[in-house]
Amino acid sequence: MDAFYALLKRDLLLAFRHRGELANPLLFFMMVVTLYPLGVSPEVELLRRIAPGVIWIAALLAALFSLENLFRSDFEDGALEQMLLSAYPLSLLVLAKVLAHWLVSGLPMLLLAPLLGLLLSMPEKAIYALELTLGLGTPLLSLIGAIGVALTVGLRRGGILLTLLVLPLYIPVLIFATNAVTAASAGMPVSGQIYFLAALLVLALTLAPVAIAAALRISMS
Amino acid sequence: MPKCADAPPELAALDLECFRGDRLLFSGLNFRLRPGQLMQIEGANGSGKTSLLRILSGLSRPSEGEVHWRGRDILSQRSVYFSEMAYLGHSLGIKPELSAVENLRVALALAGVSFESADLYRALGAAGLDGSEDIPARSLSAGQKQRIAFARLLACSAILWVLDEPFTALDVTGIARLRGSLENHLDQGGMAVLTSHQAVHVRGDVVKLALTGMI
Repeated sequence: MDAFYALLKRDLLLAFRHRGELANPLLFFMMVVTLYPLGVSPEVELLRRIAPGVIWIAALLAALFSLENLFRSDFEDGALEQMLLSAYPLSLLVLAKVLAHWLVSGLPMLLLAPLLGLLLSMPEKAIYALELTLGLGTPLLSLIGAIGVALTVGLRRGGILLTLLVLPLYIPVLIFATNAVTAASAGMPVSGQIYFLAALLVLALTLAPVAIAAALRISMS
Repeated sequence: MPKCADAPPELAALDLECFRGDRLLFSGLNFRLRPGQLMQIEGANGSGKTSLLRILSGLSRPSEGEVHWRGRDILSQRSVYFSEMAYLGHSLGIKPELSAVENLRVALALAGVSFESADLYRALGAAGLDGSEDIPARSLSAGQKQRIAFARLLACSAILWVLDEPFTALDVTGIARLRGSLENHLDQGGMAVLTSHQAVHVRGDVVKLALTGMI
């Protein structure tokens, strides 16, 4: 556990010393959502209808783009090699890295989302559902995406490959999440979709670290 | 099956073979390394020195053969092997944004060594970094960064050191310090495998291995 905390602390410290880059995914998320009323239509009814999809797609893309650099600097300066050669299980260490990444990219989006919901005139119940789905969904996006990043870290231009690998796996998350938010704004119960997302998150939390570790070992050999 | 801790520390390469692309770098490579021994790998550029070290450290797999530690394949006992082996590669794994102390603290936590803050400063002092412990590594020279990595070796309790070109960026006193530490390590029953272009004479039981680079 010492190694887990040490790595988590290091990554948070590194993120803090690169505060400028930290804002990038958040800015992207905010810009995409705020451009919609300007670009599509400021009509309240329409905005209310497309709001869940708009916010979720922006969150998904922001997560995908911010993930690309998850292992990049560690790969370049050799820190990844030292992680692979650690006495501790690699899956535990990658979980620390993914957690640190989520804390600096997913969590701020979670905090910003209610404001954007209001901007798109979402009803209160839908905003509540949006927060719930983002809370369960963004860690899921980080975990799934990290598998793809681990597989492509050795490639010089892995960006497109990463998108192709990861996007199909993101689609179920997107469908269930937006469906839940739409249902909530219509006043319908959403526990089914929420439970499904929670189950996916538990599955990803248990299996993804093992897959990420295996993918990293393949990429580095 | 014998328990690994009972078997004496010994590194054995069994029939190692390595390809890079279509080119055969070496094959049928066998050796044993016992406590107190140092193996110096020699060979021209591209003869497979780094590939061999990466195989010995468990980072990559040989196309044929096995590496054994304490009589068992290293791939079947990663956590035991990694807690007794320290690898220092071309890229040192040092974060430019962090100071020497912060870098060392994470490196030791990953290696599974328990330590106090005073230990960190002592190791950095022994590596010759007095006074620059708290400066971000970005503003340190290449040689000083190498000394941070070298402090990690001194502070962790690894029996086997695998060093890839450890002398390259070091100055004369740095080389002398590292040579002294190597001799000390061997005297205490440690082992080391290293590649080096400089002719650095280390006192002790030195075995040489020449890679010819096959065609």
